Amino acid sequence: MTAAGPLAHAGHGTAGPTWLPLFPVVLLAGGYLLAAIRDPRGWDHRRTASWLVGCALLVVAVGPLAPLSDDPRGHMAQHLLLGMLAPLGLVLAAPVTLLLRVAPPPVRRSIGRLLRARALHLLAHPATAALLTTGGLALVLLTPLYAAAERHPVLHHAVHLHYLAAGYLFAWSVAGPDPAPRRPGLAVRVGALLAASAGHAVLAKYLYAQAGTLPPGLVDADPEAFRSAAQLMYYGGDLTELLLAVALFTTWYQSRRPRRRPRPRPRPKVVIKRFASPEDGSLTQTS
Amino acid sequence: MVDARLPGAPTTDLRSSTLAGVLIGVAIMAAVDEIVFHQLLAWHHFYDRSTPSVALLSDGLLHAAEVIALVGGFFWFADLRRRAALSSRLAWGGFLLGAGAFQLFDGLVDHKVLRLHQIRYGVHLVPYDVVWNVAGAVLLLAGVAVLWRARSHRPDAGPR
Repeated sequence: MTAAGPLAHAGHGTAGPTWLPLFPVVLLAGGYLLAAIRDPRGWDHRRTASWLVGCALLVVAVGPLAPLSDDPRGHMAQHLLLGMLAPLGLVLAAPVTLLLRVAPPPVRRSIGRLLRARALHLLAHPATAALLTTGGLALVLLTPLYAAAERHPVLHHAVHLHYLAAGYLFAWSVAGPDPAPRRPGLAVRVGALLAASAGHAVLAKYLYAQAGTLPPGLVDADPEAFRSAAQLMYYGGDLTELLLAVALFTTWYQSRRPRRRPRPRPRPKVVIKRFASPEDGSLTQTS
Repeated sequence: MVDARLPGAPTTDLRSSTLAGVLIGVAIMAAVDEIVFHQLLAWHHFYDRSTPSVALLSDGLLHAAEVIALVGGFFWFADLRRRAALSSRLAWGGFLLGAGAFQLFDGLVDHKVLRLHQIRYGVHLVPYDVVWNVAGAVLLLAGVAVLWRARSHRPDAGPR
């Protein structure tokens, strides 16, 4: 079968360099745990769990899956974990909020300055973020970038870093609980999610249709593997879209929670009725 | 319309109830189509290799919208229920209307105009098309009837 190609190629995958990305992940997980313990007001355990799930998905993506990344299916699984599922776990963990709680004042001030920066608002606009994440994937799959990343390890890691950063940016801009000054309203965010998901689905089917020629510049192309990778991409995209939509509408649902206290409300109505109805029927209309 | 209601008295939000029902109906029918016919029966294909690229684009858009409509519709429904503003009769009417409308749209536009895919391959198509579209029309008309009855049931409902 086709196993000989990827296996011969994967020799460098099992050696040292691929384990290098594990260290930052361990650092991220440890740092967050330390901060959550030190939070004076007590940090929500669900957020911590979400962060750890995100980190675990990153570990799976850069650890056990790394030797498979020359296979299109392995590459696609990495893309799903690094660019879509792990960022959602990390974003829902609200790391910036946690940092603002435990960091010393100078750090907090500089975070505040960063969050108010014009450039960040532009970068973190849902439309920009959607373009970066889905557009970046299109760039990898439709240009010789995929073939080049197979040959150069540095480019390979850069592509993965881009998946993660763009996915994080998108999840944050669409549904993140962290502070995001000047974040656009629900309609714009739903529109960005729709556009990104539709682009992802179309890209997946296009890859399936053109699997014979598509990632250009490959030496030993395997169309059948690319077709199953495209299916994985399609259904994985669905799953992520579903999760992101749930996160997005949950924030909307919480923001519409009735603010008024439910208990004391009926009382004034009764009082007004008692005093108003015997005298004048017209007053009851105002109650 | 929401602002015009009397304070204190929980009034149903007629327009939102109907629209939330329509949204859920469209999404459920799209999901049933995807799950039953694409995945379980595998009558439709993932991609039939003859679809033009414009149809591919509209299919992707529709597919993405279906998931968002499903989630958004249910959250909208939950919000209406929480505020005691839901008219379940109108929501059911909207649901039937949306489901029927989507099935008819899928049968006429997707299958016939855009030729995204057919209901089934390698068989005589006409009976399938007739059953599909008649079922969609029946659902649509049932939705219209329920909405009609619900609205004529409450003459005090104001402008609607």
